[in-house]
This record gives sequence, C-alpha cells and structure tokens, in this order.
Amino acid sequence: MLNAFLSSTIAMATPVLLAALGELLVEETGIINIGIEGAMLSGAFFALAAAYFTGSILLGLAAGIAAGVAINAILGVLVVNLSVNQVVAGTALDILAIGITGVFYRRFFGITGKAFMVSPMPRIDFGPLTRIPVLGALVFHHNILVYLAFAMVPVVGFILWRTRYGLMLRAAGERPEAADALGLGVYRLRWHALVASGVLSGLAGAYLTLAYANTFVENISGGRGYVALAVVILGRWKPWEIAAASILFGAAMALQFGLQALGTQVPYQLFLALPYALALMVLAGIGGQAASPSGLGEPYTRL
Amino acid sequence: MLWSLLKSVVAITIAALIIAAVLIALGASPIGVLFALCEGAFGNWYALTDTVVKATPLIFTGLAVSVAFSGALWNIGADGQLIAGAIAAGAIGPYLGAWPRPIAIAAMLIAGAIGGAIWGGICGWLRARRDTNEVISTIMMNFVAAQVLSWTVHGPLMEPSRAYPQSRLIAPSAHMYMFLEPSRLNLGIVIALLLAAGCYLLLFQTRLGFQIRAMGRNRRAATFFGIPIARLTIGLLALSGALAGAGGAVQVSAITHRLYERFSPGWGFEAIAVALVARLNPIGIVISALFFGALDNGSQAMQRAQGVSPVLVQVIQALVIMILLAFDTPAVARLRASFGVGAPISAAPQTGASADA
Repeated sequence: MLNAFLSSTIAMATPVLLAALGELLVEETGIINIGIEGAMLSGAFFALAAAYFTGSILLGLAAGIAAGVAINAILGVLVVNLSVNQVVAGTALDILAIGITGVFYRRFFGITGKAFMVSPMPRIDFGPLTRIPVLGALVFHHNILVYLAFAMVPVVGFILWRTRYGLMLRAAGERPEAADALGLGVYRLRWHALVASGVLSGLAGAYLTLAYANTFVENISGGRGYVALAVVILGRWKPWEIAAASILFGAAMALQFGLQALGTQVPYQLFLALPYALALMVLAGIGGQAASPSGLGEPYTRL
Repeated sequence: MLWSLLKSVVAITIAALIIAAVLIALGASPIGVLFALCEGAFGNWYALTDTVVKATPLIFTGLAVSVAFSGALWNIGADGQLIAGAIAAGAIGPYLGAWPRPIAIAAMLIAGAIGGAIWGGICGWLRARRDTNEVISTIMMNFVAAQVLSWTVHGPLMEPSRAYPQSRLIAPSAHMYMFLEPSRLNLGIVIALLLAAGCYLLLFQTRLGFQIRAMGRNRRAATFFGIPIARLTIGLLALSGALAGAGGAVQVSAITHRLYERFSPGWGFEAIAVALVARLNPIGIVISALFFGALDNGSQAMQRAQGVSPVLVQVIQALVIMILLAFDTPAVARLRASFGVGAPISAAPQTGASADA
C-alpha cells in the first residue's frame, strides 16, 4: 500500500514537474504561458499517435516534443512578435489543442473502435535496489522520463542563475527595455525559452500517454498544465521548491486515488482542490509579485 | 467603428477557410459540413429554438467576460463563477416548493448571482488588496469550483436515492417559465437580453462605466483622476462573477433542474471568443453568442451527418480569437494604414494592452 502510494506520487509528479520547469523558463523571460495546457495535450496525442503508427517509442517522444514546440511557436508569433495579450492568446491555444486533438482522435480512432494503445515505456531495471523498503518504490521504480524530469531541476537552476545566458534570459523578463538597449535581443531570448518550454511540455504530454496511461482519452491532460502554473507559484520560481511542490501535487493525486479505492468517507475532492487552493494562498501570502519577474505578463514591443 | 465590426466578420471568414482546408485534409467535405451545421442550427423549428437555448448561457458568460475585460481585468474564471452560481441555485432549489413561482425563480437567480459574485469577488479582493494576478487566481478558482461541485453532488447535495452523483431535483415552483413547449425556449433568454441592455447602459451611459473603461485603458492614470481603483476592481470582478453565476442559475432553473458533475461544457472559456468577436460590446455579445450557440447546436448534426467531431467548433473558437488578437496589433494597423483605411475608433481597451498597465 505504502509502496504503491510512493511510486504513484512520483509518477503523478513527473509530468507536472516537466511542464513547470518549462513554464519557469518562459516566465523568467517575461511571458506567462497559459497555453501550456494546450502544449501538453497536443504532446500527449501526437506522441501516442506517432508511437501507435510507427511502433517506436522514440519516434513517439519526438512527435510529442514537436507538437509541444509547434503550439509554443504559435504562441511565440502572437505574444513575442505581435505583442498581443498573453493571457487571451494562451487561452485560445488551450481551446485550439482540445479541438485539434479531439477532431483527429475521433476521426482516426473514435469511430473504428480500434484500441488506441501502445505498450508502456519500460521501467529501468535496477535489480535488487527496487526491493529496498520505501526507497525502492520511491526512487528505483520508474522509467527514464522520471529521472530526466528530476535531473532537469538542477540543470534549469544552473542555467538560470549560474550562467551568463541565464542572466540574459532573466534580464529579458525583468527589464526588457534595458535588455534590448544592451543588445541582448529580447525577442530572440523569449523565443529560446518558448522552444525549450515547448520541448518540456511536449515531453510532459508524451509521458501521460506513453508512460502513464498508454492510451489517449479526450482532454487527457485534464488541467495538469494549469497545475504546473500553480506549482511554479507554490515553488516561488525556484527549481527545487518547484520540484517539492510537484511532489506535493503528486501525493495529493495519489492519496485521492487511494482514498477512492478504500471507499473512505473523506471527500477526495478536497485533495484534488488542494494544489489550487494552496497556490492561491501562497499568492495572497507573498503579496503578489514579490518573487515573480517584474515584467511578467507585460507585452513588450521593441521600438 | 465599421472596421471594428468588419474585423469580426473577416476573422470568422479566415477561420472558416482554415477549417475548410483542415476538413479536406481529413477527407471530409467542407460544403457538406457547412450544410450539416446550418441544418442542425436552423433546419427546423426545434433546431432554431435550441440555438437560442444554447446561446443563453453564452450571453451570460460573454457579458461577464466583456465587462471585466472592459476594465482590463482578465477574468478567465467565468466557468468557475457560473458553476458557483449553479451550486448556490441548485442547493436552495429543492426547498422552494412552498414559494410562489415568481419569487422562487427570483430567489434562484439571486442565489446564483451571489454565488458567482463571491467567486469573482474573491479574485477581485486578491487583486486589489494582495496584488495577486487575477488571471492566475481566476484559473485556480475554476478548478476549486469544479471540485466543490463534484463534492456537493457526491456528498451533501446528493439525491436521496444515492443512485447517481447528482443533486435532488429543484421544486417545480423554481422552474423557469417556458415558452412554446415542447421547445426549450424559456424566460432565460429574455433575462439575458435585459442584462445585455443593462450592461450596455452601465458601460457607456454612466459615470461608473466611464470609470471602468478608464481603468481598462490605463490603470495607473485612472488613479490620478481620483477613480477608486481598488474598490472598482473588487466590484467589477464581483459583477462579472454575478453575471456568470446568474447564467448558471438560469441553466439549473430552466434546463437541467439539478446539478451534476461537469455541469459546464466550457461556457466560461467559449465566452472569451464570444466577447472578442463582439468587440466587448454588450449588444454585440447577443449576436456573437447566437453565432457560437448556433455552432454548438449545429455541431451535433455535423457529427451525425459527416462524422466530424463536434469539438471542431473549439478549433473555430480558437482561430477566431487568435486572428482577432492579431488584427488589434500595431503591425496590422500599420499594414491597414498603408491601404488608406482610417484609424480605428474603439471604445474597448486594446486586447493587446498590458495586464498591469
């Protein structure tokens, strides 16, 4: 029971963590990416479709990444090059992804009734390590994407706060006018972050279909992209805290499944609402924008 | 003004052309899809009346989004506010049996408006007093509302037989007045039209409306003219929520007569497309909501006749939003100026404007 809970916590935390790290990158350059839910959903569908038709998990992952990047590229044209309202554009992309994946899904699979499934991504074999109590289920029980997600935490942190390039990215988010005046190329930096975030949210989506559900149902991302937004706030724009917040979310989800399975009287909805409620409280508590980049959400037009 | 209206028509046309290309790529006939959509939306008396019925909640949420956006408050939470209103109405509905019908219906609407106002008002308070971005808070509150709804229909409000996760039926006295049965036309559309007129008067004929639009144009400058930004922010998001919440109450009172999970198919998000096509004008909202209501209604017939998923409608919504956003940008304005078209005169804040300006 405990092992299942721990293992499921990490499995649920992974897609959120991947997406949240991508969201952190774009937010540091000054873009609030509401379209992350759409990038994740597109990644989920196209990863599975590619894996299903080619029989290759690797090509599936590539297609998921491509779909995530494609969605973020549309966002990039709108919010970077045309400086439109980021919130409305992002919401439009979420709606677009639900529509496109739904239309394709029903066109190719909905009517035929064929099982739209692939075999799950294999777990990495750690041999006897898996049988260590607690630690085995928590750490040595997962597929490669899980380790990749957690390995990305220090990588993203290092790039953002220990490199010159990271300083440039953050300058684009804090003071875009100043960054452009220094010749840093705010548009280019924001595009870099959007592409990186597209890769990560595409992978997050691919994880949902290739490693977790092994099939696709409409709107499979089910708000996990919005959870990633909440997780970035909960983690106060710091990679390790974001990882902790993702695990907290994973635990809430796992606990909810456990409670439903046990048939207890505790309302499981409480745990599902928890990440959102916590994010609201954190936002109210830190008095708004204290930890967020000061240019966040402001459209910036180069003169 | 003319260009402003034209923009919406052009945006819808471009979206339709893109959709046609996608349909051809999918091996479906665009002409066939168009006919099926029209057949399903206007083909017979029942289809026609149901288009009006499907447009009704979109008018409520469209107005909610449009008043908030007019003040540059980016309310993405109309869905949650509508659900909060529906929960409030669905909770008191079963207990109104002894009340006269007009009063019971009014009680439902007021409960819905209060539920929505609380849901929106919380985000307004967070923005005004805690400097919390309303975009994030309204999105989070959508999910909290969905979970509260799920909990209530599994728990305190669940029907006594406990067969399905749905609430008890509301009392017959709380049922909305229906017209021309067996059609589903009801008083809700009249209420929606009155509210649209009310919102128009509020925004364009009152001092308060002027203050809202001034805040929408430039939040910081508005403070220098003595406009109480904090109070206005809380009040405006509460008003926005109340409009959406009343829409939820109308839906419970007229159509569903009870609550269940996934009560809203996304009316609060579709509302953004509705509001942008209407250029945030409350009168325009009615026309725009009828257009999107017709799409929703026709999409079922389209699926039956052409085997194309009704979610195609969401692709259209998204494309229309994105094209209209692009139309409002300086780059496109310059392009238009090069063809000798005059500067746009719009009472609405530029949707390209900053969230915090």
